[in-house]
Amino acid sequence: MAFETFEHTADIGIRGIGKTLEQAFEEAAKAMFSVMVDIKTVEPERGIKLVIQIKGLDDNGLFVEWLNRLVAEKDISGMMFSKFKVKIDDKQLVGTAWGEQFNPKKHKPEVEVKAATYSQLKVEKQKGKYIAQCLVDV
Amino acid sequence: MKINGYELSETKKNVWQLKPFDCMKLPGKIYGDKVIIGHLTKDVEIGKDWNALKQVKNVACLPGLQTASFAMPDVHPGYGFPIGGVGAFDTEKGVISLAGVGYDVNCGVRTMRTCLTKKDVIKKQKQLLDELFKTIPAGLGITGKIKLTEKEIDEVLVKGAEFSVERGYGSKKDLEFIEENGKLEGADPSAVSALAKKRQLKQIGTLGSGNHYLEVQYVDEIHDEKVAKAYKLEKDQVVVSLHCGSRALGHQVGTDYGKFLAAATKKYKIKIPDNELVCAPFKSPEGQKYYSAVIAAINCAFANREALAHLTRKAFAKVFGIAKDEVETLYEIGHNTCKVEKHKVNGKQKKLIVHRKGATRAFGPGREEIPKAYQKVGQPVLVGGTMGTWSWILHGTETGMKETFGSACHGAGRLMSRKQAKKSWRAEDLVKELAKKGILVKGHGWAGLAEEAPGAYKDVDRVVNVSHNTGIAKKVAKVKPLVVVKG
Repeated sequence: MAFETFEHTADIGIRGIGKTLEQAFEEAAKAMFSVMVDIKTVEPERGIKLVIQIKGLDDNGLFVEWLNRLVAEKDISGMMFSKFKVKIDDKQLVGTAWGEQFNPKKHKPEVEVKAATYSQLKVEKQKGKYIAQCLVDV
Repeated sequence: MKINGYELSETKKNVWQLKPFDCMKLPGKIYGDKVIIGHLTKDVEIGKDWNALKQVKNVACLPGLQTASFAMPDVHPGYGFPIGGVGAFDTEKGVISLAGVGYDVNCGVRTMRTCLTKKDVIKKQKQLLDELFKTIPAGLGITGKIKLTEKEIDEVLVKGAEFSVERGYGSKKDLEFIEENGKLEGADPSAVSALAKKRQLKQIGTLGSGNHYLEVQYVDEIHDEKVAKAYKLEKDQVVVSLHCGSRALGHQVGTDYGKFLAAATKKYKIKIPDNELVCAPFKSPEGQKYYSAVIAAINCAFANREALAHLTRKAFAKVFGIAKDEVETLYEIGHNTCKVEKHKVNGKQKKLIVHRKGATRAFGPGREEIPKAYQKVGQPVLVGGTMGTWSWILHGTETGMKETFGSACHGAGRLMSRKQAKKSWRAEDLVKELAKKGILVKGHGWAGLAEEAPGAYKDVDRVVNVSHNTGIAKKVAKVKPLVVVKG
């Protein structure tokens, strides 16, 4: 399992790698929040649950939707997240994001992610691992 | 020159035509010198999938496009549309495109004149920096001073800058000097999702982060005395510029309508060469719904900048003891928008839906949309440079009206990725270097500062020189930074 960011001139790419699709989604969420803050400083105190209906969405669309729901949640709750758990079945994605109230002095803020985009979007299995990536607009 | 199917020819100095090929219905028209064009062609040569010339080409494949797929001199790769892209579509037969507006709807710049000179500010430079940093909510996760309910957000979306004025966070005198008088008609708050509104509740009057900034500048050079007089600008006069947009609400509108327009693209069987170019016929219910949401987001940005301007005035009043009305709005422009405008196409007056993505409206003399005080000279075009160099105030022209639907560049454009910039510069060193040059900078995030290093950007003079030499927007004044607050 791993997450990383990748190069782009104006914005930033994020990527999650995992043994399962769900793990790749979890890791990508970590990558996205690592763009915003130092996630090592974010304690997973409180969990927020998100449910996304799968109907009409392919893996790519589901991935972008997952990330964008997290982006929205950070604004609404005022929290930053560092730990994620994702479960995907036929009907829905149920995700939990753990974190704490944003504290600029503690969390070392960098840039804000405005949205996950469809650019450089890839959700696929490669050599036995799942990769989920896209560009995020900062 | 011909590279991998792309055929470029210089039709007049610094104006290049991309010959239609593949799905293109019209040519591409790119404003750039050899260096700017070189950046574009290099990406094609090395086979880069994500490249601006390809995006210029792709926009020319969309139905109802008028005249050409334009690229301003600050052109670089974007999402679907290139940054610096302009696409005007027939309102009857054309489409409205998400990529032509983007996620930061109505991101733009407001510049205000003050009664202060460079000397006045230098005497209290650190004080001003600290006061602005304290007063202006900026940076990731920072909430604004105006906290609203969802019902009140609906008012913001309809009233725009007027909302902030009514709430005591602005001045009525500003409205005339904002594009659209700070309020575009036709907003439909119900077209904006509850999620978008929830995200915005604490964000009115916040600067945001990334490439957003508040910069106190002084007029270093005047290039057109007549226009500078109409703009009431003098050498050494201090101005202040804000760069930001519609914050979380605008972003969520982009996210929400991505899926919505993807479905519409399928429904209306519109062939798009890139998934990012999801769109709908402008006249369709889907197109109209998206447009009404865009207008709402445009108004949200107007309200946001008006509130920020008010807070800026407060800070200046505190430090210099000047009255708030001694800080007057020169103009406010948006550079990520789409609007219905009347333009002449092949001698006929037409209503067009004009998308400017990382491009500024640059209306020339005589246009009724611009303030009376500027009718003889054209509207100000505010072009952001970098915090270590300078920015420009240009004016719109008749040439721009004829050639680019009254459009021009918006900034220097990035050269280097954020990752590279962070590797190349340490924020602490940058701050010290800039201080040696007399520029005081304070940011809410160190990494963010490094990413915005002047060296990470292209040369704004190159971009402005092309605008000036081709005549689409001409130089009025060069302004240099003194105090910079970064989000």
